[in-house]
Amino acid sequence: MLLSMQDISKSFAGVAALRSATLDVADGEIMALVGQNGAGKSTLIKILTGAYKVETGRIAFNGRDVTFTSPADSQAAGIATIYQEINLAAQRSVAENIYLAREPRRFGLLDHRRMREGARRVLEAFHLDIDVDRPVASFNAATRQMVAIARSVEQNAKLLIMDEPTSSLDEREVSILFDTIRTLQARGVAVIFIGHRLDELYAICNRVTIMRDGQTVAVSAMQDISKMELVRHMLGRELAAFEALSKSAEGHEERPVRLELEAAGSGTRVRQVDLTVREGEISGLAGLLGSGRSETARIIFGMDRLERGSLRVGGQARTYTEPADAIADGIGLVSEDRKVDGIIPDMSIRENMTLALLPKLRKAGVINRARQDEIVQRFITALRIKCASPDQPIKELSGGNQQKVLLARWLCTDPKVLIVDEPTRGIDIGAKSEILKLLRQLADEGLSVLMISSELEELLAAADRITVLSDGASVAVLPRSAMSEKALLAAMAHQGE
Amino acid sequence: MSAARFIPAFLRPKTSGDLARLGVMVALLALILFGALRYDNFLSSFNILSFLRYNAMFALIALGMCFVIITGGIDLSVGGVAALASVVSAFASPYGWAAGLAAGMAAGLAFGVLNGIMITQMRIQPFIATLAAMLASYGTALLLADNQSVSVSYDTAFTMLGQDDILGFPIPAWIALAAYILGWIFLERLPAGRHVLAVGDGEATALLMGLKVRRTVFSVYAVSGLLAGLAGTVLAAQFGAGQPTEGVGWELFAIASVVVGGTLLSGGAGSVGATLAGVLLLGMVFNVLNFENGLGWISLSAYWQSVIRGLFLLVVVVLQAKIAARPEEQG
Repeated sequence: MLLSMQDISKSFAGVAALRSATLDVADGEIMALVGQNGAGKSTLIKILTGAYKVETGRIAFNGRDVTFTSPADSQAAGIATIYQEINLAAQRSVAENIYLAREPRRFGLLDHRRMREGARRVLEAFHLDIDVDRPVASFNAATRQMVAIARSVEQNAKLLIMDEPTSSLDEREVSILFDTIRTLQARGVAVIFIGHRLDELYAICNRVTIMRDGQTVAVSAMQDISKMELVRHMLGRELAAFEALSKSAEGHEERPVRLELEAAGSGTRVRQVDLTVREGEISGLAGLLGSGRSETARIIFGMDRLERGSLRVGGQARTYTEPADAIADGIGLVSEDRKVDGIIPDMSIRENMTLALLPKLRKAGVINRARQDEIVQRFITALRIKCASPDQPIKELSGGNQQKVLLARWLCTDPKVLIVDEPTRGIDIGAKSEILKLLRQLADEGLSVLMISSELEELLAAADRITVLSDGASVAVLPRSAMSEKALLAAMAHQGE
Repeated sequence: MSAARFIPAFLRPKTSGDLARLGVMVALLALILFGALRYDNFLSSFNILSFLRYNAMFALIALGMCFVIITGGIDLSVGGVAALASVVSAFASPYGWAAGLAAGMAAGLAFGVLNGIMITQMRIQPFIATLAAMLASYGTALLLADNQSVSVSYDTAFTMLGQDDILGFPIPAWIALAAYILGWIFLERLPAGRHVLAVGDGEATALLMGLKVRRTVFSVYAVSGLLAGLAGTVLAAQFGAGQPTEGVGWELFAIASVVVGGTLLSGGAGSVGATLAGVLLLGMVFNVLNFENGLGWISLSAYWQSVIRGLFLLVVVVLQAKIAARPEEQG
């Protein structure tokens, strides 16, 4: 084994990110590393490269026990990493980037000629003929990536880690990248390939390591595992089943359509999505990481521009240029990452909840405190938010209660459509079913809910209909009668033909 | 595209930054041409030599500022440090010119090191750290000098550092020239110089590529302090006195010169040669305004000169931003 990571554990602020994870990579092999968001892939890689300190566990590389304390450390040992955002000094030349930190010198001065020639030689091995004096920023993503790979080759890396290397490449560029990876493999370089497009993994990788909830749940030769099995391992299932949730009354399929996407597309992440949300129902949106779920929500909410196809809200064609347009039409979005674009941690529950409502709470330019109090109190009661007082900073609440405040933020604007992206992420199991019950109750009162989730159990329990996305396109719609774990897995494992 | 064919390959701009730097050279030449044609004594040796003697101090400070700005930082303390160094070197001048020079540079280096420690070890924002150093250095200078200028010793050769010539050129100009040659070699020909550029491009990236980011950032502030100390020493020698109240606004002049020279305030790109051109260009605007007053048709007060210089700076910076905003080719 070139690399052996055993029993790796790591936690952040008491929350376990890795629990006895393992990863083995043989000499010259291409190992796929897969898992949902939060499965622990990137934490594992950061521990390997020395960006994070290892808490427990053992790492052996190239036959020796190692502990890397910095990225420079692991690089010196022969581990190169190409991050998704391709970390190169953008304004420096190609040649300089390939040699940065290990420049050839002549009498102590930089040997520009040797750098240029060396860079050309390395790039030639990958059939790349570019002006090595131009700044890296002037090349496209595929070329930049190739330069990063050339840098690792020049540093004699034995193990190359690639984090979603195909995410910004088109088909032709992907095939060039794969040729490059095979060239590396022929030279004896091992590769850890982090990705989520299943077809690509099957095309290039020898083995796969699957992670879930901070653990390694399966390791298999690529040809010995079916796509469906692979997806099943990635998603797993919650052990505790949700309390039985009621669904919409029969006949909800006949209710008027409130929001509809037809052949919608934007950029490369959303290619062709058909989606329907009716009055008073929960419409589920499923798909693997990178399938375009959140991006679809961004289009509906006016954060990304609808470039192709159509969006109809309440029967009328719409193109939103900013979220304010969508909000004016009664659309709300509770985003995936509460911490980044949801809560304002130090502000109180009162302020967090009424943020979207403030313009309407003004009376002669001043916030009408009495009305604000009334609304806040009503939602604290209705959503059963557990807090000491409305003036408590929101950061002191549990994840589930923070999520309820965010839901209330939109509910108090009286929306017609509420998009919830991963509404139960980072929330303990009891609070999860409470949030789902709450969404159901709101739907019964007439709200249209679009629920994006990577948890199958959750979708199966709560949604009246599930639209499945794969690689930016809707590939299946499962009505309630056809909903089963098996049908959902089969649809998700489907990759663009 | 067509015009570029006539430019030799090594001069041909490869990036928009190169274009901006080329622009400052062209502007400098144009202004010199303008002055030469319009005013009788513009190209007289007296005007040229006194221009170089005076602007050498700004050139020294701008060079240090150039390195600092390339890393994405800022050094507001250079004016204060130069004032302090002028006082310190004046006190040391009775012990010989070398003692004066060493004392002034040591005072500058001390403040540069202090800035470096505050920024890299204590993780204080460069703006705040060097603002504190600026106040502290002025305060120290005023305390040491007891709120007066400190006469240098005329018994030693100290004043030659500011007033004498070698081969017909002022010594301050020779000092600045030497500093710029060393600075150019550092930035263009030494790995450490390229690391300064890479750090400015993105600290996180530089760290991941295995560069010693803290050491690099520390050293640019140390060098900036050292050069400010040198400039302060030249100041004392040139005017025959340590000047605790001199140096006000020098940091802004230095920042302006660096920016006019096409160095990005966001860091990651910059050039020693263009910085020198920037200093000369801004100095030249002053010089031209003085000549314009000398013609007797108009009389611009110092206030108006300041306004005109500000407008000139604005025009140059806006033009550069326009050049830099042009989309680059994909390869």
